[in-house]
Amino acid sequence: MNFPILSSLILLPSIGALFLMFAKEKSNETSNAIKYVALFASFVNFLISIYLWYLFDESTSSFQFIEEKEWLRGFVNYKVGIDGISILFIILTTLITPLCVISVNNTVTVRLRDFLIAILVMESVMIGVFCSLDLVVFYLFFEAGLIPMFLIIGIWGGTRRVYSAFKFFLYTLLGSVLMLVAIISIYWITGTTDIIQLYELRIDTKYQNLLWLAFFSSFAVKTPMWPVHTWLPDAHVEAPTAGSVLLAAILLKMAGYGFIRFSLGLFPIASEVFTPLVYVLSLIAIVYTSLVALMQEDMKKLIAYSSVAHMGFVTLGIFTITQQGIEGSIIQMISHGLVSAALFLCVGVVYDRMHSRLIKTYGGLVSVMPKYSILFMFFTLAALGLPGTSGFVGEFLILMGVFKDNFLVAVIASLGVILSAAYMLWLYRRVVFGKLINKDLLKISDLNNSENFILWCLAIPVLFFGFYPEPLINTIEISIKDLIEMYNFNLNMNMIEVENNG
Amino acid sequence: MDNLDFVSPEIFISLSIMFLLILGVFKKNSSNIIHNLSVGFLFITVVLILNNPFNENTKLFGESYIIDYLSSFMKILTILGGAFVLLISSRYLKLLKIFQMEYPILILCSILGMMVMISSNDLMVFYVGLELQSLALYVLASFNRDQLKSSEAGLKYFVLSALSSGLLLYGCSLIYGFSGSTNFNIIADTMSSSQYGTTFGIVFVLVGLAFKISAVPFHMWAPDVYEGSPTSVTLFFAIVPKVAALTVFIRFLYVPFINMIDQWQTILIFLSIASMIFGAVAAIGQTNLKRLVAYSSISHIGYALAGLSVGTNEGIQSSIVYISIYLIMNLGLFSCMFMMKRNDEYYETIDDLSGLSKNHPLLSLSFLIILFSLAGIPPLAGFFAKFYVFKSVIEQSMYFLAIVGLLSTVIAAFYYLRIIKIIYFDEEKEKYDTDHGVWLKISLTFSTLLILFYFIFPSKLVEMASRINII
Repeated sequence: MNFPILSSLILLPSIGALFLMFAKEKSNETSNAIKYVALFASFVNFLISIYLWYLFDESTSSFQFIEEKEWLRGFVNYKVGIDGISILFIILTTLITPLCVISVNNTVTVRLRDFLIAILVMESVMIGVFCSLDLVVFYLFFEAGLIPMFLIIGIWGGTRRVYSAFKFFLYTLLGSVLMLVAIISIYWITGTTDIIQLYELRIDTKYQNLLWLAFFSSFAVKTPMWPVHTWLPDAHVEAPTAGSVLLAAILLKMAGYGFIRFSLGLFPIASEVFTPLVYVLSLIAIVYTSLVALMQEDMKKLIAYSSVAHMGFVTLGIFTITQQGIEGSIIQMISHGLVSAALFLCVGVVYDRMHSRLIKTYGGLVSVMPKYSILFMFFTLAALGLPGTSGFVGEFLILMGVFKDNFLVAVIASLGVILSAAYMLWLYRRVVFGKLINKDLLKISDLNNSENFILWCLAIPVLFFGFYPEPLINTIEISIKDLIEMYNFNLNMNMIEVENNG
Repeated sequence: MDNLDFVSPEIFISLSIMFLLILGVFKKNSSNIIHNLSVGFLFITVVLILNNPFNENTKLFGESYIIDYLSSFMKILTILGGAFVLLISSRYLKLLKIFQMEYPILILCSILGMMVMISSNDLMVFYVGLELQSLALYVLASFNRDQLKSSEAGLKYFVLSALSSGLLLYGCSLIYGFSGSTNFNIIADTMSSSQYGTTFGIVFVLVGLAFKISAVPFHMWAPDVYEGSPTSVTLFFAIVPKVAALTVFIRFLYVPFINMIDQWQTILIFLSIASMIFGAVAAIGQTNLKRLVAYSSISHIGYALAGLSVGTNEGIQSSIVYISIYLIMNLGLFSCMFMMKRNDEYYETIDDLSGLSKNHPLLSLSFLIILFSLAGIPPLAGFFAKFYVFKSVIEQSMYFLAIVGLLSTVIAAFYYLRIIKIIYFDEEKEKYDTDHGVWLKISLTFSTLLILFYFIFPSKLVEMASRINII
């Protein structure tokens, strides 16, 4: 395999964006052409990533498709590669982006070209995050995503867009700068920033806690964990539909991915020390934000808070450090990526028609939008983890992992499952059922073709992986097994060292 | 007899200044010719510098003048900066009706002074160069003499700068008194044990130098002078003298006083942290772009000083990389500002940028890239500049400096974002003119592309800088 398939995955959307730079947005024809170029670039990327999954060797946990190139001379190499953990996120990214591109048909009216450029650049960056095998390269991609997202929220967002864009940018930047300090420190401690080498070298125990905290500060903001989650509802509410979708489906997953790849992989001893902290924060996130979600009057805000709760499950699962827990977290992230994207699109559908996100505007939609009601129902059930949807698989595995580790935590976390059913079903009841009071609703039409298409594209994998999660589990199984083995090995080594010294 | 070949650039530039002066006196309406000629002379000087053997350490005139890789590198940076200032500012000067033949000559004089500063290996030579460049800068600051603000800027700069020169000279005399020489190398030899007198001398010289690069707490002049001076002079202030003064910083601290690093390191760390934080915080409330640039340059100097405070070759190199990238970013930023012209009138408040992106997409895109780069967001050049500095800072386990510095980038990001917000999110205003000079367009395109695609070849600049080994 000499063809640089990962680099082409990263580059292709950017090249598409470059093409768009030269397009002039004047007539309808050109704006259609712009859409097709963007769609083409992102769709080809999707096909490449599926091909990548086909080529992917599931029987090994070592990194595959590695490309290495000298970059910052004698210091950092540009190095990309994937293992079972990262490939699913790449496919999630390449699946969601074309759907976002299609969704602009209905939502974005001004400066379409710039919007698509931002989305495509965003895709490049996100794929880069998931396949970089060097800390500096990772940081570069991780931060570069701020620029397009800031613009997406700020230019095409709602009324309070400026506040939200600033909050998003500054929160995330503040979290990340500490990670940069940690990355440079790792370089001076170990002499490399190459992740594969770092897995083999063991970072000295005395540094691990501080380094872990520095990485945590960045990932916790991005996840987002309580109490630094407050940027998320604002950003989601103000962002245009496609922006919310990208944010919920992929951006948040960067942090979960980072926890698995870096916190567990590089700092096992510190992870063990801080597991209670993560448990507590995750539990607060699950219970508290679920309660907050119950009280929301804005549909997007409700789903945003539910995202925080779902990500709480993810962090909980990751730090159980059990096979089931981590597998469940990854499946939960993939599932949440699909489901929350779909839910935001569902909100976008009615928002485009009524220009209101308030729940009380709606009610009785079932009689005017039957197709919509069915799909919305499906995704509502998927969000609360009904068996038969991918959400169930993830949540179930996570809870299994947690039960193994700590009974009390599992009981409290299970409360979250009930609460999520409560707020999602209540939302659905208020929006879709009930009396049709608002007369304006009578005028609106059901899903059009593109909306229908997008939602079905998301519904099929949710259903498929709900019944048959084997392909996902097979892909990640060995990588996670070896990760846990390495983790336990490091812990044991540390125990032995402590005994010898003591 | 010393080999005068090595100083041929300085000799050439002095001769061209005299020639241009004579030309200006005897020929009427010669400002255009002189302007173009001086740019040409600057480029010839660059060629002459490149013509010198690069890697040798040549000391001339009783070891008081040094030609090495550092001096050649920084001189080229200075001259190119000056040449671009001349190239992109001609239309601005014409519209302000201050397109006079003295302007390019003064810039040449000040560049000559800086070249002497950069090459100095002796306190006296250094002081002569410093005064030559400062005197030219006083006049340049008040060049728009019919404007009250410009005259005020010149006067303010003159008074404060003269005070700082006095302090600097006092420091030099202390150092001379305790070491018996003004030559950097001889001072280094006699400095075996630290004496309080010398420490005082170092402090006074550092104060003078900190004034020249406007590091906090000696920054008071910068916002007023930046705002009052004509924009082209502000650009010159923002980039060129800083390069020269930074070189002197390096030479002065690392040649004679490297053994006293424990004495001056704390001072430098303080200057650095104070500049980073103050520059970032004070810029938030600004409404005038030039004032904002003044504060932003204060905080950027803080980062360059952070590199210098480390005390290793890597630190020096990172600081030089920083100032080079800073120079390119500011060149781009001012090119953008020169394009904010409507009906032959220039606008310079931040609100004038409102909604720029709707009428001028390309100009706003350049603005966007440059501002994000100034804020240090990857993958733009500004990130790498900061990255190298903090890499060398953390190498010496100076975590406090690194964390404070990086946190202040978050504060600084706020005001850069505010400009971007005004450009991209706010309501549009009238269109600006689009008939810009060729050189203005070239310099904007060039700097923007360089900033945007720096990440493809990030090693080139570092490699050049890594040949600078002072210690």
